[in-house]
Amino acid sequence: MLNGNNPDLRNSEIEIKMSAKHVDVYYGDKHALKGVDLEIPARSVTALIGPSGCGKSTFLRCLNRMNDTVRGCRVEGDIHLDALDIYSKQVDVVQLRARVGMVFQKPNPFPKSIYENVAYGPRIHGLADSSEQLDHIVETALKQAGLWKEVGNRLDDSGTGLSGGQQQRLCIARAIAVSPEVILMDEPCSALDPIATAHIEELMDELRETYTIVIVTHSMQQAARVSQKTAFFHLGTLVETGDTRTIFTNPKDERTQGYITGRFG
Amino acid sequence: MPTQHIVQSYDDELKKLSTMIVQMGGIAESQLACAVEAVVKRDSSLAEDTVQNDTKIDALRDQVDDLAIELLARRQPLANDLRLIVSALRISSEIERIGDYAKNVAKRSIALNQAPMVRPVHAVPRMAGLVQGLIKDVLDAYITADSAKADAVWARDEEVDELYTSLFRELLTYMMEDPRSITACTHLLFIAKNIERIGDHATNIAELIHYTVKGEMLTEDRPKGDDTAYAVVTAPGGTR
Repeated sequence: MLNGNNPDLRNSEIEIKMSAKHVDVYYGDKHALKGVDLEIPARSVTALIGPSGCGKSTFLRCLNRMNDTVRGCRVEGDIHLDALDIYSKQVDVVQLRARVGMVFQKPNPFPKSIYENVAYGPRIHGLADSSEQLDHIVETALKQAGLWKEVGNRLDDSGTGLSGGQQQRLCIARAIAVSPEVILMDEPCSALDPIATAHIEELMDELRETYTIVIVTHSMQQAARVSQKTAFFHLGTLVETGDTRTIFTNPKDERTQGYITGRFG
Repeated sequence: MPTQHIVQSYDDELKKLSTMIVQMGGIAESQLACAVEAVVKRDSSLAEDTVQNDTKIDALRDQVDDLAIELLARRQPLANDLRLIVSALRISSEIERIGDYAKNVAKRSIALNQAPMVRPVHAVPRMAGLVQGLIKDVLDAYITADSAKADAVWARDEEVDELYTSLFRELLTYMMEDPRSITACTHLLFIAKNIERIGDHATNIAELIHYTVKGEMLTEDRPKGDDTAYAVVTAPGGTR
């Protein structure tokens, strides 16, 4: 049997980190997401796949309220982070984004030193009481991001002087420096070569022991490699979700099969 | 939902893979028919030809494997494509084994022709007829991606097993009655066993077709009618 055997999802008592219920998103008149229900399991990688314009990035950006800044954007439905309704009025969006961090498609380090790139978040969130403590946070984040060995001796160099893959890992270090619980990744490898991609994927494998990761990717192979759960979006709806092994060997919906096998009309 | 890939050449390659499998199956089917005819008609020259022809199946198996591996590497198939290609790799091995057994039947028929005739030879073509039917139907199921038809083949192999068990007992009885028939009967026994094994490979192919179409393995145990592992036939006239 190929189904139901996934050791990562076998336990029926899966802890849910984030859950979306009946989520609708409108950009002005455009109905971009239609009634999406999705649960994000804790400490695992959930991949969101689907053709361009299917709503997967829109959904990702709902998870830390990045859509708030988009003019004309309206989000309906419930999204919870543990017990917290993240769209409730009491929620401080800055605090929310410290708990739900984000890594973007193009590495976007600040035009500052490597050290400052990582130290910036902990500093503004007041996570360090002393410069020693800040040093420690920076070092730990760079180590977790698998970058310490490469940059530990040149923390004062500019972050923008690193290679693309290193810059992306620096952005991941920056994201984890504020001790988030969830990391959102929007096509984090699409600008990277296969070696740099492999480093990021290896990193995701390690990070998922501590963090909950949600990744949007256009690469079926990447989704298949890194995730434990996969959700397929099409035309604003969540068509199918399941454990990654089943989605890529035996999807139930014809649209999923059509998309992942390259038969889309 | 379109059934064709956006990339036309991918479809062409998958089509080519299936065509080679069907071609292999067709040759294997005819190899079995020739081998059994060689037994029935005591035709050693047909048997020799059959032995020679097995290389065609082996060559096709290599081609299927090459193409399947190339497809895995270059297309990185998923879902139904992945299942189709992985199954093609395995089906080609199953057919190759069928070819080997057919070749073995042909070889033994040459030895059998050196020995005097024994009676139960008629049960062998009957069994072979059943098995040929299984191969034919399983190939049809493959071509039409018909998992119900494949399941039917899978269930039908039991008849072959039962026929083999009765032939086994019959041959043991002949050998006890007339020790001069032992050589011929032993060859016949192996021939029957080879044909019975071909039936098993046909059911393996049926399972792979089921998996390709449905995405799930057949999980129940196949009904089996082969009891020869426990068969004991006592000699007439006494115990020792």
